[in-house]
Amino acid sequence: MIGFQYVRPSNIADAVRLVAADPAAKFVAGGTNLLDLMKEDVERPSRLVDISRLPLKTVEDSADGGLRIGALVPNSDLAYHPVVARRYPILASAILAGASAQLRNMASTGGNLMQRTRCPYFYDVVTPCNKREPGTGCSAIGGHNRGHAILGSSDACIAVHPSDMCVALAALDAAVHVVGPDGSRLIAFGDFHRLPGDTPHLETNLQRDEIIVAVEVPAEGFAENHTYLKIRDRLSYAFALVSVAAALELDRGTIRQARLAAGGVAHKPWRDKSAEAALIGQVPNRAVFARAADIILRDAKGWEHNAFKIELAHRVIVRALSQAAAGRPQSQSNKTIQ
Amino acid sequence: MRATTSQQAEPANPVPDKIPVSLIVNGVETRLIVAPWTTLLDALREHLDLTGTKKGCDHGQCGACTVLVEGRRINSCLTLAVMQDGAKITTIEGLATDSALHPLQQAFIDQDAFQCGYCTSGQICSAAGLIAEGHARTADEVRELMSGNICRCGAYPNILHAIQQVMGQT
Repeated sequence: MIGFQYVRPSNIADAVRLVAADPAAKFVAGGTNLLDLMKEDVERPSRLVDISRLPLKTVEDSADGGLRIGALVPNSDLAYHPVVARRYPILASAILAGASAQLRNMASTGGNLMQRTRCPYFYDVVTPCNKREPGTGCSAIGGHNRGHAILGSSDACIAVHPSDMCVALAALDAAVHVVGPDGSRLIAFGDFHRLPGDTPHLETNLQRDEIIVAVEVPAEGFAENHTYLKIRDRLSYAFALVSVAAALELDRGTIRQARLAAGGVAHKPWRDKSAEAALIGQVPNRAVFARAADIILRDAKGWEHNAFKIELAHRVIVRALSQAAAGRPQSQSNKTIQ
Repeated sequence: MRATTSQQAEPANPVPDKIPVSLIVNGVETRLIVAPWTTLLDALREHLDLTGTKKGCDHGQCGACTVLVEGRRINSCLTLAVMQDGAKITTIEGLATDSALHPLQQAFIDQDAFQCGYCTSGQICSAAGLIAEGHARTADEVRELMSGNICRCGAYPNILHAIQQVMGQT
Protein backbone atom coordinates (compact mmCIF):
# COMPACT_ATOMS: atom_id res chain seq x y z
CA MET A 1 0.00 0.00 0.00
CA ILE A 2 1.34 3.43 -0.86
CA GLY A 3 1.06 6.34 1.56
CA PHE A 4 -2.10 8.39 1.49
CA GLN A 5 -3.88 11.14 3.38
CA TYR A 6 -7.02 10.40 5.36
CA VAL A 7 -9.89 12.78 5.97
CA ARG A 8 -13.36 12.30 7.42
CA PRO A 9 -15.70 15.11 6.35
CA SER A 10 -18.87 15.73 8.35
CA ASN A 11 -21.28 16.24 5.48
CA ILE A 12 -21.92 15.19 1.88
CA ALA A 13 -21.04 18.56 0.36
CA ASP A 14 -17.60 18.57 1.98
CA ALA A 15 -17.02 14.96 0.92
CA VAL A 16 -17.83 15.80 -2.70
CA ARG A 17 -15.66 18.93 -2.59
CA LEU A 18 -12.68 17.02 -1.20
CA VAL A 19 -12.80 14.41 -3.96
CA ALA A 20 -13.50 16.99 -6.66
CA ALA A 21 -10.41 18.95 -5.58
CA ASP A 22 -7.99 16.00 -5.71
CA PRO A 23 -7.97 13.91 -8.90
CA ALA A 24 -6.41 10.96 -7.08
CA ALA A 25 -8.72 11.01 -4.05
CA LYS A 26 -11.29 8.30 -3.46
CA PHE A 27 -14.31 7.84 -1.23
CA VAL A 28 -14.15 4.97 1.24
CA ALA A 29 -17.13 3.50 3.09
CA GLY A 30 -16.89 -0.18 4.11
CA GLY A 31 -13.49 -0.42 2.45
CA THR A 32 -13.73 -4.15 1.84
CA ASN A 33 -12.83 -3.97 -1.86
CA LEU A 34 -10.88 -0.72 -1.96
CA LEU A 35 -8.47 -1.54 0.89
CA ASP A 36 -7.91 -5.00 -0.56
CA LEU A 37 -6.98 -3.45 -3.92
CA MET A 38 -4.78 -0.86 -2.20
CA LYS A 39 -2.82 -3.63 -0.50
CA GLU A 40 -2.07 -5.02 -3.95
CA ASP A 41 -1.14 -1.57 -5.30
CA VAL A 42 -3.95 -1.86 -7.85
CA GLU A 43 -5.66 1.17 -6.31
CA ARG A 44 -3.27 3.98 -5.36
CA PRO A 45 -5.33 6.87 -4.01
CA SER A 46 -3.57 9.97 -2.74
CA ARG A 47 -6.31 10.54 -0.20
CA LEU A 48 -9.16 8.57 1.30
CA VAL A 49 -12.29 10.56 2.01
CA ASP A 50 -14.09 8.52 4.65
CA ILE A 51 -17.85 8.82 4.18
CA SER A 52 -18.74 5.94 6.49
CA ARG A 53 -20.21 8.17 9.20
CA LEU A 54 -22.42 10.32 6.98
CA PRO A 55 -26.13 10.06 7.81
CA LEU A 56 -27.07 7.72 4.94
CA LYS A 57 -28.05 4.66 6.96
CA THR A 58 -31.86 4.68 6.88
CA VAL A 59 -34.26 2.41 5.04
CA GLU A 60 -37.55 4.19 4.44
CA ASP A 61 -40.68 3.97 2.33
CA SER A 62 -40.53 6.16 -0.77
CA ALA A 63 -43.38 8.36 -1.97
CA ASP A 64 -44.54 5.92 -4.67
CA GLY A 65 -44.68 2.85 -2.46
CA GLY A 66 -41.12 1.68 -3.01
CA LEU A 67 -38.19 1.57 -0.64
CA ARG A 68 -35.34 4.05 -0.39
CA ILE A 69 -32.17 2.42 0.95
CA GLY A 70 -29.47 4.71 2.31
CA ALA A 71 -26.12 4.24 0.60
CA LEU A 72 -24.39 3.39 3.88
CA VAL A 73 -26.82 0.72 5.05
CA PRO A 74 -24.59 -2.33 5.64
CA ASN A 75 -25.32 -5.32 3.42
CA SER A 76 -26.21 -7.48 6.42
CA ASP A 77 -28.62 -4.91 7.88
CA LEU A 78 -30.35 -4.66 4.51
CA ALA A 79 -30.61 -8.43 4.06
CA TYR A 80 -32.21 -8.87 7.48
CA HIS A 81 -34.34 -5.72 7.40
CA PRO A 82 -37.90 -6.88 8.08
CA VAL A 83 -39.38 -4.82 5.24
CA VAL A 84 -36.82 -6.15 2.76
CA ALA A 85 -37.34 -9.71 3.96
CA ARG A 86 -41.12 -9.35 3.53
CA ARG A 87 -41.48 -7.21 0.41
CA TYR A 88 -38.19 -7.77 -1.46
CA PRO A 89 -37.08 -11.27 -0.46
CA ILE A 90 -35.15 -11.68 -3.73
CA LEU A 91 -32.90 -8.81 -2.62
CA ALA A 92 -32.38 -10.31 0.83
CA SER A 93 -31.61 -13.69 -0.71
CA ALA A 94 -29.10 -12.29 -3.21
CA ILE A 95 -27.24 -10.37 -0.50
CA LEU A 96 -27.00 -13.47 1.68
CA ALA A 97 -25.63 -15.44 -1.29
CA GLY A 98 -22.64 -13.11 -1.46
CA ALA A 99 -19.39 -12.70 0.47
CA SER A 100 -19.20 -13.72 4.14
CA ALA A 101 -21.02 -12.60 7.27
CA GLN A 102 -18.04 -10.44 8.27
CA LEU A 103 -17.83 -8.73 4.89
CA ARG A 104 -21.60 -8.16 4.77
CA ASN A 105 -21.32 -6.47 8.17
CA MET A 106 -18.72 -4.07 6.75
CA ALA A 107 -19.81 -3.54 3.14
CA SER A 108 -22.26 -0.76 2.32
CA THR A 109 -25.12 -0.63 -0.16
CA GLY A 110 -23.42 2.01 -2.31
CA GLY A 111 -20.08 0.26 -2.02
CA ASN A 112 -21.57 -2.95 -3.34
CA LEU A 113 -22.40 -1.06 -6.55
CA MET A 114 -18.94 0.52 -6.62
CA GLN A 115 -16.86 -2.63 -6.09
CA ARG A 116 -14.58 -3.16 -9.04
CA THR A 117 -15.46 -5.43 -11.91
CA ARG A 118 -12.41 -7.62 -11.68
CA CYS A 119 -10.47 -10.73 -12.56
CA PRO A 120 -7.25 -12.31 -11.26
CA TYR A 121 -5.14 -10.46 -13.82
CA PHE A 122 -6.56 -7.14 -12.64
CA TYR A 123 -5.14 -7.99 -9.21
CA ASP A 124 -1.80 -9.19 -10.58
CA VAL A 125 0.12 -5.96 -11.18
CA VAL A 126 2.91 -7.63 -13.16
CA THR A 127 0.56 -8.73 -15.96
CA PRO A 128 -1.00 -6.59 -18.71
CA CYS A 129 -4.57 -5.49 -17.97
CA ASN A 130 -6.56 -2.88 -19.88
CA LYS A 131 -8.69 -2.25 -16.83
CA ARG A 132 -5.74 -1.55 -14.54
CA GLU A 133 -3.51 0.06 -17.16
CA PRO A 134 -5.43 1.09 -20.29
CA GLY A 135 -3.74 0.04 -23.52
CA THR A 136 -1.60 -2.75 -22.09
CA GLY A 137 -3.81 -5.62 -23.30
CA CYS A 138 -6.00 -8.30 -21.74
CA SER A 139 -4.19 -11.23 -20.13
CA ALA A 140 -7.40 -13.20 -19.63
CA ILE A 141 -7.96 -13.50 -23.38
CA GLY A 142 -5.63 -16.38 -24.13
CA GLY A 143 -4.96 -16.87 -20.43
CA HIS A 144 -6.94 -18.46 -17.63
CA ASN A 145 -10.51 -17.39 -18.21
CA ARG A 146 -12.70 -19.96 -16.52
CA GLY A 147 -14.64 -17.42 -14.48
CA HIS A 148 -14.94 -14.82 -17.19
CA ALA A 149 -17.67 -13.21 -19.25
CA ILE A 150 -19.84 -14.90 -21.84
CA LEU A 151 -21.98 -11.85 -22.62
CA GLY A 152 -21.18 -8.27 -23.57
CA SER A 153 -17.41 -8.61 -23.45
CA SER A 154 -14.95 -6.89 -25.77
CA ASP A 155 -11.46 -7.51 -27.09
CA ALA A 156 -10.28 -5.21 -24.30
CA CYS A 157 -11.76 -6.95 -21.25
CA ILE A 158 -13.66 -10.12 -20.33
CA ALA A 159 -13.92 -9.59 -16.55
CA VAL A 160 -17.25 -10.00 -14.73
CA HIS A 161 -18.98 -7.92 -12.08
CA PRO A 162 -19.01 -10.09 -8.97
CA SER A 163 -21.95 -8.62 -7.05
CA ASP A 164 -24.94 -10.76 -6.13
CA MET A 165 -26.92 -7.87 -4.64
CA CYS A 166 -26.69 -5.93 -7.89
CA VAL A 167 -28.23 -8.79 -9.87
CA ALA A 168 -31.33 -8.59 -7.69
CA LEU A 169 -31.36 -4.78 -7.90
CA ALA A 170 -31.22 -5.05 -11.70
CA ALA A 171 -34.17 -7.44 -11.67
CA LEU A 172 -36.10 -5.16 -9.32
CA ASP A 173 -35.58 -2.19 -11.66
CA ALA A 174 -33.85 -0.12 -8.98
CA ALA A 175 -32.57 3.43 -9.40
CA VAL A 176 -29.53 5.12 -7.91
CA HIS A 177 -29.69 8.55 -6.27
CA VAL A 178 -26.38 10.41 -6.58
CA VAL A 179 -25.08 13.83 -5.54
CA GLY A 180 -22.20 15.70 -7.16
CA PRO A 181 -20.78 19.21 -7.30
CA ASP A 182 -23.63 20.26 -9.63
CA GLY A 183 -26.46 18.80 -7.61
CA SER A 184 -28.32 15.51 -7.54
CA ARG A 185 -29.53 13.12 -10.22
CA LEU A 186 -31.16 9.73 -10.57
CA ILE A 187 -29.56 6.92 -12.58
CA ALA A 188 -31.59 3.90 -13.71
CA PHE A 189 -29.91 0.73 -12.49
CA GLY A 190 -29.41 -0.58 -16.00
CA ASP A 191 -27.52 2.60 -16.88
CA PHE A 192 -25.33 2.61 -13.80
CA HIS A 193 -22.75 -0.01 -14.74
CA ARG A 194 -21.01 -0.07 -18.12
CA LEU A 195 -19.94 -2.74 -20.55
CA PRO A 196 -16.19 -2.76 -21.18
CA GLY A 197 -16.07 -1.67 -24.82
CA ASP A 198 -12.65 -0.10 -25.35
CA THR A 199 -12.72 1.65 -21.97
CA PRO A 200 -12.82 -1.20 -19.43
CA HIS A 201 -11.23 1.05 -16.80
CA LEU A 202 -14.58 2.87 -16.66
CA GLU A 203 -17.05 0.62 -14.87
CA THR A 204 -19.89 2.92 -13.95
CA ASN A 205 -21.44 6.11 -15.26
CA LEU A 206 -20.97 7.76 -11.88
CA GLN A 207 -18.58 10.69 -12.14
CA ARG A 208 -15.59 10.40 -9.84
CA ASP A 209 -16.72 13.31 -7.68
CA GLU A 210 -20.30 12.06 -7.41
CA ILE A 211 -21.44 10.10 -4.39
CA ILE A 212 -24.25 7.55 -4.13
CA VAL A 213 -26.70 8.66 -1.45
CA ALA A 214 -29.44 6.05 -1.85
CA VAL A 215 -30.69 3.12 -3.92
CA GLU A 216 -34.42 3.03 -4.52
CA VAL A 217 -36.50 0.01 -5.46
CA PRO A 218 -40.03 0.45 -6.85
CA ALA A 219 -43.14 -0.88 -5.14
CA GLU A 220 -43.32 -4.19 -7.03
CA GLY A 221 -41.15 -6.61 -5.08
CA PHE A 222 -42.25 -9.97 -6.59
CA ALA A 223 -42.44 -11.42 -3.08
CA GLU A 224 -44.59 -14.38 -4.13
CA ASN A 225 -42.68 -15.75 -7.10
CA HIS A 226 -38.96 -15.20 -7.07
CA THR A 227 -35.61 -16.85 -6.60
CA TYR A 228 -31.91 -16.09 -6.54
CA LEU A 229 -30.01 -19.14 -7.74
CA LYS A 230 -26.22 -18.97 -7.58
CA ILE A 231 -23.89 -21.65 -8.92
CA ARG A 232 -20.25 -21.57 -7.82
CA ASP A 233 -17.23 -23.79 -7.35
CA ARG A 234 -17.83 -24.26 -3.62
CA LEU A 235 -21.02 -24.06 -1.60
CA SER A 236 -20.36 -20.76 0.11
CA TYR A 237 -18.17 -17.68 -0.01
CA ALA A 238 -17.23 -17.82 -3.68
CA PHE A 239 -18.09 -15.66 -6.66
CA ALA A 240 -20.76 -16.95 -8.99
CA LEU A 241 -19.92 -18.92 -12.09
CA VAL A 242 -23.49 -18.08 -13.03
CA SER A 243 -26.25 -16.62 -10.90
CA VAL A 244 -29.82 -15.78 -11.86
CA ALA A 245 -32.43 -13.54 -10.27
CA ALA A 246 -35.84 -14.56 -11.56
CA ALA A 247 -39.11 -12.91 -10.56
CA LEU A 248 -42.59 -13.47 -11.92
CA GLU A 249 -46.03 -12.06 -11.39
CA LEU A 250 -48.59 -14.75 -12.16
CA ASP A 251 -52.21 -14.09 -13.01
CA ARG A 252 -54.55 -17.05 -13.28
CA GLY A 253 -51.87 -19.39 -14.54
CA THR A 254 -50.13 -17.06 -16.97
CA ILE A 255 -47.11 -14.80 -16.58
CA ARG A 256 -48.14 -11.18 -16.26
CA GLN A 257 -44.76 -9.70 -15.45
CA ALA A 258 -41.29 -11.20 -15.61
CA ARG A 259 -37.85 -10.14 -14.50
CA LEU A 260 -34.67 -11.94 -15.38
CA ALA A 261 -31.12 -10.87 -14.55
CA ALA A 262 -27.87 -12.81 -14.45
CA GLY A 263 -24.59 -12.45 -12.58
CA GLY A 264 -21.15 -13.88 -13.25
CA VAL A 265 -21.68 -13.62 -16.99
CA ALA A 266 -20.79 -10.04 -17.92
CA HIS A 267 -18.96 -6.84 -17.00
CA LYS A 268 -22.22 -5.66 -15.41
CA PRO A 269 -25.34 -7.26 -13.95
CA TRP A 270 -27.03 -8.60 -17.08
CA ARG A 271 -30.72 -7.95 -17.51
CA ASP A 272 -32.43 -8.79 -20.80
CA LYS A 273 -35.82 -7.21 -21.32
CA SER A 274 -36.44 -9.08 -24.58
CA ALA A 275 -36.23 -12.37 -22.70
CA GLU A 276 -38.63 -10.98 -20.11
CA ALA A 277 -41.04 -9.92 -22.87
CA ALA A 278 -41.00 -13.45 -24.30
CA LEU A 279 -42.29 -14.76 -20.97
CA ILE A 280 -45.21 -12.40 -20.65
CA GLY A 281 -48.60 -13.92 -21.43
CA GLN A 282 -47.18 -17.44 -21.43
CA VAL A 283 -48.16 -20.37 -19.28
CA PRO A 284 -45.05 -21.09 -17.20
CA ASN A 285 -43.39 -24.30 -18.33
CA ARG A 286 -40.00 -25.64 -19.22
CA ALA A 287 -40.25 -24.90 -22.93
CA VAL A 288 -41.18 -21.28 -22.28
CA PHE A 289 -38.31 -20.90 -19.84
CA ALA A 290 -35.88 -22.49 -22.29
CA ARG A 291 -36.95 -20.00 -24.95
CA ALA A 292 -36.22 -17.11 -22.57
CA ALA A 293 -32.80 -18.63 -21.87
CA ASP A 294 -32.17 -18.96 -25.63
CA ILE A 295 -32.93 -15.26 -26.02
CA ILE A 296 -30.62 -14.13 -23.22
CA LEU A 297 -27.80 -16.30 -24.52
CA ARG A 298 -28.31 -15.64 -28.24
CA ASP A 299 -25.02 -13.74 -28.52
CA ALA A 300 -23.12 -15.62 -25.83
CA LYS A 301 -19.47 -16.20 -26.55
CA GLY A 302 -17.24 -18.53 -24.56
CA TRP A 303 -13.47 -18.50 -24.18
CA GLU A 304 -11.01 -21.34 -23.87
CA HIS A 305 -11.93 -22.31 -20.31
CA ASN A 306 -15.43 -20.95 -19.81
CA ALA A 307 -17.54 -22.13 -22.75
CA PHE A 308 -19.26 -24.46 -20.27
CA LYS A 309 -20.85 -21.39 -18.71
CA ILE A 310 -23.15 -20.96 -21.72
CA GLU A 311 -24.85 -24.30 -21.18
CA LEU A 312 -24.65 -23.78 -17.40
CA ALA A 313 -26.33 -20.39 -17.70
CA HIS A 314 -29.09 -21.90 -19.83
CA ARG A 315 -29.81 -24.51 -17.20
CA VAL A 316 -29.63 -22.05 -14.30
CA ILE A 317 -32.08 -19.72 -16.05
CA VAL A 318 -34.56 -22.55 -16.66
CA ARG A 319 -34.20 -23.82 -13.10
CA ALA A 320 -34.49 -20.35 -11.58
CA LEU A 321 -37.65 -19.60 -13.55
CA SER A 322 -39.06 -22.96 -12.45
CA GLN A 323 -38.32 -22.13 -8.82
CA ALA A 324 -39.89 -18.70 -9.19
CA ALA A 325 -43.01 -20.05 -10.89
CA ALA A 326 -43.43 -22.69 -8.20
CA GLY A 327 -43.01 -20.11 -5.45
CA ARG A 328 -40.07 -22.09 -4.05
CA PRO A 329 -37.09 -19.75 -3.83
CA GLN A 330 -33.62 -21.21 -3.45
CA SER A 331 -32.49 -21.46 0.18
CA GLN A 332 -29.12 -19.78 0.77
CA SER A 333 -28.29 -22.13 3.67
CA ASN A 334 -29.56 -25.52 2.49
CA LYS A 335 -27.78 -25.63 -0.87
CA THR A 336 -29.79 -28.49 -2.33
CA ILE A 337 -31.24 -27.21 -5.58
CA GLN A 338 -34.90 -28.12 -5.95
CA MET B 1 13.40 27.04 9.74
CA ARG B 2 10.25 28.13 8.05
CA ALA B 3 12.08 30.94 6.26
CA THR B 4 14.41 28.54 4.54
CA THR B 5 11.91 25.84 3.64
CA SER B 6 9.40 28.36 2.30
CA GLN B 7 11.79 28.96 -0.58
CA GLN B 8 11.08 25.44 -1.83
CA ALA B 9 7.92 24.16 -3.42
CA GLU B 10 5.82 21.87 -1.25
CA PRO B 11 6.31 18.25 -2.25
CA ALA B 12 3.47 17.02 -4.47
CA ASN B 13 2.53 14.19 -2.19
CA PRO B 14 3.79 14.95 1.32
CA VAL B 15 4.21 12.08 3.73
CA PRO B 16 0.96 12.04 5.67
CA ASP B 17 0.98 12.90 9.32
CA LYS B 18 0.23 10.21 11.83
CA ILE B 19 -3.23 10.47 13.28
CA PRO B 20 -4.30 10.13 16.91
CA VAL B 21 -6.92 7.43 17.36
CA SER B 22 -8.91 6.36 20.38
CA LEU B 23 -10.11 2.77 20.54
CA ILE B 24 -11.97 1.13 23.39
CA VAL B 25 -10.33 -2.28 23.28
CA ASN B 26 -11.78 -4.97 25.52
CA GLY B 27 -13.29 -2.28 27.71
CA VAL B 28 -10.15 -0.19 28.06
CA GLU B 29 -9.87 3.18 26.35
CA THR B 30 -6.65 3.14 24.39
CA ARG B 31 -5.01 6.07 22.64
CA LEU B 32 -2.52 5.53 19.90
CA ILE B 33 -1.00 7.43 17.03
CA VAL B 34 -1.00 5.61 13.72
CA ALA B 35 -0.26 6.19 10.07
CA PRO B 36 -3.45 6.41 7.98
CA TRP B 37 -2.75 3.05 6.33
CA THR B 38 -2.50 1.12 9.59
CA THR B 39 -5.24 -1.50 9.55
CA LEU B 40 -7.19 -2.23 12.70
CA LEU B 41 -5.51 -5.65 12.67
CA ASP B 42 -2.01 -4.14 12.65
CA ALA B 43 -2.99 -1.61 15.30
CA LEU B 44 -4.13 -4.42 17.59
CA ARG B 45 -1.13 -6.67 16.96
CA GLU B 46 1.74 -4.26 16.43
CA HIS B 47 0.73 -1.24 18.50
CA LEU B 48 -1.22 -2.86 21.34
CA ASP B 49 0.53 -6.26 21.45
CA LEU B 50 -2.81 -8.03 21.27
CA THR B 51 -1.51 -10.88 19.15
CA GLY B 52 -4.44 -13.20 19.78
CA THR B 53 -6.04 -11.77 16.66
CA LYS B 54 -4.26 -13.48 13.77
CA LYS B 55 -3.12 -12.28 10.38
CA GLY B 56 -3.84 -15.04 7.90
CA CYS B 57 -4.43 -13.86 4.34
CA ASP B 58 -4.65 -10.12 5.13
CA HIS B 59 -7.29 -9.88 2.36
CA GLY B 60 -10.57 -10.71 4.09
CA GLN B 61 -10.67 -14.23 2.74
CA CYS B 62 -9.71 -16.38 5.73
CA GLY B 63 -11.40 -14.80 8.76
CA ALA B 64 -8.44 -15.32 11.14
CA CYS B 65 -8.50 -11.58 11.91
CA THR B 66 -12.17 -11.51 12.94
CA VAL B 67 -12.93 -9.17 15.85
CA LEU B 68 -16.13 -7.59 17.12
CA VAL B 69 -16.61 -3.87 16.50
CA GLU B 70 -19.57 -2.48 18.43
CA GLY B 71 -20.59 -6.12 18.82
CA ARG B 72 -20.50 -6.90 15.08
CA ARG B 73 -17.98 -9.32 13.63
CA ILE B 74 -15.73 -7.88 10.93
CA ASN B 75 -12.43 -8.62 9.22
CA SER B 76 -9.98 -6.36 11.04
CA CYS B 77 -7.54 -6.58 8.10
CA LEU B 78 -9.93 -4.70 5.81
CA THR B 79 -10.59 -1.63 7.91
CA LEU B 80 -8.25 1.15 8.94
CA ALA B 81 -7.65 1.96 12.59
CA VAL B 82 -8.49 5.62 11.85
CA MET B 83 -11.86 4.57 10.44
CA GLN B 84 -12.70 2.94 13.79
CA ASP B 85 -11.81 5.97 15.93
CA GLY B 86 -13.94 5.87 19.08
CA ALA B 87 -15.26 2.34 18.48
CA LYS B 88 -15.59 -0.46 21.00
CA ILE B 89 -13.44 -3.40 19.88
CA THR B 90 -13.62 -6.87 21.36
CA THR B 91 -10.79 -9.30 20.57
CA ILE B 92 -10.23 -12.87 21.70
CA GLU B 93 -8.35 -11.47 24.70
CA GLY B 94 -11.53 -9.72 25.85
CA LEU B 95 -13.92 -12.68 25.87
CA ALA B 96 -12.91 -14.47 29.06
CA THR B 97 -13.56 -13.03 32.49
CA ASP B 98 -11.03 -13.30 35.31
CA SER B 99 -12.66 -16.43 36.64
CA ALA B 100 -14.00 -18.21 33.58
CA LEU B 101 -13.46 -18.86 29.92
CA HIS B 102 -16.09 -17.56 27.52
CA PRO B 103 -18.60 -20.35 26.81
CA LEU B 104 -17.31 -20.58 23.23
CA GLN B 105 -13.72 -20.97 24.43
CA GLN B 106 -14.83 -23.76 26.77
CA ALA B 107 -16.89 -25.37 24.00
CA PHE B 108 -13.96 -25.35 21.58
CA ILE B 109 -11.95 -27.23 24.20
CA ASP B 110 -14.82 -29.60 25.02
CA GLN B 111 -15.42 -30.42 21.36
CA ASP B 112 -11.74 -30.53 20.28
CA ALA B 113 -12.57 -27.85 17.70
CA PHE B 114 -9.04 -27.11 16.53
CA GLN B 115 -5.74 -28.65 15.60
CA CYS B 116 -3.09 -25.98 14.95
CA GLY B 117 -5.19 -23.23 16.51
CA TYR B 118 -4.26 -20.45 14.10
CA CYS B 119 -7.83 -19.84 12.94
CA THR B 120 -9.33 -20.41 16.39
CA SER B 121 -9.48 -16.88 17.76
CA GLY B 122 -11.15 -15.74 14.54
CA GLN B 123 -13.51 -18.70 14.64
CA ILE B 124 -14.49 -17.92 18.23
CA CYS B 125 -14.98 -14.19 17.65
CA SER B 126 -16.97 -14.98 14.51
CA ALA B 127 -19.11 -17.49 16.40
CA ALA B 128 -19.73 -14.89 19.13
CA GLY B 129 -20.95 -12.52 16.42
CA LEU B 130 -23.06 -15.26 14.84
CA ILE B 131 -24.80 -16.06 18.11
CA ALA B 132 -25.42 -12.37 18.83
CA GLU B 133 -26.93 -11.90 15.36
CA GLY B 134 -29.44 -14.65 16.05
CA HIS B 135 -30.02 -15.73 12.45
CA ALA B 136 -28.64 -19.26 12.67
CA ARG B 137 -30.79 -22.09 13.98
CA THR B 138 -29.94 -25.18 11.93
CA ALA B 139 -26.57 -26.78 11.28
CA ASP B 140 -26.81 -25.66 7.65
CA GLU B 141 -27.33 -22.09 8.78
CA VAL B 142 -24.36 -22.21 11.17
CA ARG B 143 -22.14 -23.63 8.41
CA GLU B 144 -23.27 -20.99 5.93
CA LEU B 145 -22.89 -18.08 8.34
CA MET B 146 -19.44 -19.29 9.45
CA SER B 147 -18.18 -19.62 5.87
CA GLY B 148 -16.02 -16.53 6.24
CA ASN B 149 -13.71 -18.46 8.58
CA ILE B 150 -11.38 -20.96 6.95
CA CYS B 151 -9.82 -23.81 8.94
CA ARG B 152 -6.79 -25.17 7.11
CA CYS B 153 -6.76 -28.21 9.41
CA GLY B 154 -10.35 -29.02 8.53
CA ALA B 155 -11.77 -29.03 12.05
CA TYR B 156 -15.14 -27.90 10.73
CA PRO B 157 -17.32 -30.71 12.18
CA ASN B 158 -16.07 -30.02 15.70
CA ILE B 159 -16.24 -26.24 15.24
CA LEU B 160 -19.90 -26.73 14.32
CA HIS B 161 -20.41 -28.92 17.40
CA ALA B 162 -18.77 -26.31 19.64
CA ILE B 163 -21.00 -23.54 18.33
CA GLN B 164 -24.07 -25.76 18.67
CA GLN B 165 -23.06 -26.55 22.25
CA VAL B 166 -23.16 -22.84 23.10
CA MET B 167 -26.33 -22.20 21.07
CA GLY B 168 -27.96 -24.97 23.12
CA GLN B 169 -27.02 -23.17 26.32
CA THR B 170 -28.56 -19.84 25.34
